Amino acid sequence: METLLQQTVNGLVVGSVYALVALGYTMVYGILGLINFAHGDVLMVGALVALEAIRLIQTYAPELGLVPTLLGGLAASVLVCMVLGYTIERTAYRRLRNAPRLAPLITAIGVSFLLQTIAMIIWGRNYHTFPQLVSTTPLEPVAGVFITPVQIAILVVSALLMVALMLLVNKTRLGRAMRATAENHKVASLMGVDTNKIIAATFIIGSALAAVAGVMFSSNYGIAHYAMGFMPGLKAFTAAVLGGIGNLGGAMLGGLVLGLVESIGAGYIEDMSFGFLNSSYQDIFAFMILGIVLIFRPTGLLGERVADRA
Amino acid sequence: MNELALAIPWLGKRNPAAARGVVILLAFAAPLIAMLFGKTWVRILDFAMLYVMLAIGLNLVVGFAGLLDLGYIAFYAVGAYTFAFLASPQFELHLPFWLVLPLGAGCAALAGIILGLPTLRLRGDYLAIVTLGFGEIVRIFLNNLNQPINITNGPQGINMIDPLVLFGWDVSKPLKIGEEITVNSLFQYYYIFLAFVALSVVLVQRLQVSRVGRAWAAIRDDELAAKAIGINTRNMKLLAFSLGATFGGVSGGLFAAFQGFVSPESFSLMESIAVLTMIVFGGMGNLAGVIVGALALTALPEVLRYVAIPVQQALFDKVILDPEVLRMLLLSLAMIFMMLLRPAGLIPAYSRYSRPELVVGKEAGK
Repeated sequence: METLLQQTVNGLVVGSVYALVALGYTMVYGILGLINFAHGDVLMVGALVALEAIRLIQTYAPELGLVPTLLGGLAASVLVCMVLGYTIERTAYRRLRNAPRLAPLITAIGVSFLLQTIAMIIWGRNYHTFPQLVSTTPLEPVAGVFITPVQIAILVVSALLMVALMLLVNKTRLGRAMRATAENHKVASLMGVDTNKIIAATFIIGSALAAVAGVMFSSNYGIAHYAMGFMPGLKAFTAAVLGGIGNLGGAMLGGLVLGLVESIGAGYIEDMSFGFLNSSYQDIFAFMILGIVLIFRPTGLLGERVADRA
Repeated sequence: MNELALAIPWLGKRNPAAARGVVILLAFAAPLIAMLFGKTWVRILDFAMLYVMLAIGLNLVVGFAGLLDLGYIAFYAVGAYTFAFLASPQFELHLPFWLVLPLGAGCAALAGIILGLPTLRLRGDYLAIVTLGFGEIVRIFLNNLNQPINITNGPQGINMIDPLVLFGWDVSKPLKIGEEITVNSLFQYYYIFLAFVALSVVLVQRLQVSRVGRAWAAIRDDELAAKAIGINTRNMKLLAFSLGATFGGVSGGLFAAFQGFVSPESFSLMESIAVLTMIVFGGMGNLAGVIVGALALTALPEVLRYVAIPVQQALFDKVILDPEVLRMLLLSLAMIFMMLLRPAGLIPAYSRYSRPELVVGKEAGK
């Protein structure tokens, strides 16, 4: 029972990171019908830029406290990722907006590998230790469950961001324009919406969320390296599909469910498979869920879009 | 045979016979030319032939049938590991080559069907992600199936795989012809691989103009219409998938025998992407283009390795971009810029059988 509770907490933490990344996928998919393959790598860039910024701050302004340092790193990484997201959209996707559907997907894969390569050139192949500005030592156990301050921070920040995004999309002018563009580009532009700007804004917002997620991911695991974006990216995509791609609430729900399944599954996989499989197979859950969802309910838990259509 | 001539477009259009002759001559002379630059280049050429086979197989799936498969390297892995299991000290099995290779191909085809059955209802981008996941799952299993029972030997991989032995002719040993001439095993491998490639080319070309090939083209261009005129789209897609996988399996088996060693590292996502880039670069749906793409993108990184490293050393006194980074850089840039500037590839597909603007899918964005 304690394992179950503990894994539930861990699952919620990982799940909220997935959810933040999944939001980026789902927003872009909702508007362009494109899987932004490079999204996971934006997360990676976010983490590494934050790492670099924190190192700089610690060298040149060591008197700053832990929290301002972390916020500084976060701000730098969000800024860089916003610019990056815009650049990717502008150079790699905009020209292909009316091209056949596999074309932008292939450039997206190219962009993803390009980002990894550039990161590899700048930061090398090694794993970097990510400074633990928020403590990762567990607090006093509650009901036998250990939770660390960084995990609490992740839960709180991601909840806040999700609420903010929901408000942005549902209550503001920009949000209304985004929804209109997702519904129908042409009609939206006839109504006076500058769809190009809206699409760029979508990429920028998604990238900012990915940057935050990257910093969270690295703070939680204490590492960062050039290929770290691949797995969370893929899992977040799974989460987006699980929740119903194109649906914001779905992405959040999908992220949490995926995180839970994965971490509870990893806790029990050894017993379930009679000792044949162990927790190094954890990554398989995401793919299995993805397969099962796409086969039996391609619209996802909350979505209305059909896999065939989009 | 027109496809061969197309490999040299400027000559092929005016004088197909001459172009064909040049291509065949080049194919036979290639290792001799490579030898002028050293033995390593012959080895690279051997690997290039394996990539050509992979590209031909993937082209069947992506170029002909329009199904984007990002986990293609998994079939290569299945072929290679089948070979490794059945012809190495791992299980103390040493079955003959002519039995193991078809078995490997069969296993790969079966894997193709297993993957295809549930997923082929999906289209385009979804299929891409699911196949990518499949490729990763295969790699995760290869990496971890060394306990509790050691099957794949984990990340260390399987060593000392039997070389190709065809009816008593051991390809891994220098072949003596008469008193004077000995043929290095790298050359022998090259010609064997060339034979496989030639066979694949003929096969795939016949397929492309056959009923099956036309059905694939129809599905690729408009699935609904294809269904409406009575094509069994599911079976046709499955056929494309499993046939493509077969090529991967054969290539994987040859790879295992040639290298004598397999490990999960050789079957990373990067390799799937590399093969995809080859066909995108060369020209999706066009055999000649795909082959040229595979050769070019295998050779280019190696050329860079020998050119860029000394240049960097001279300029900066140290190596900033190592060969692996250069390869990734080259592949990713090739992918992006080909799609932006020349989406039909280096040698665009022949419009009689395939229309490049349709190969990549049909509907324009919303």
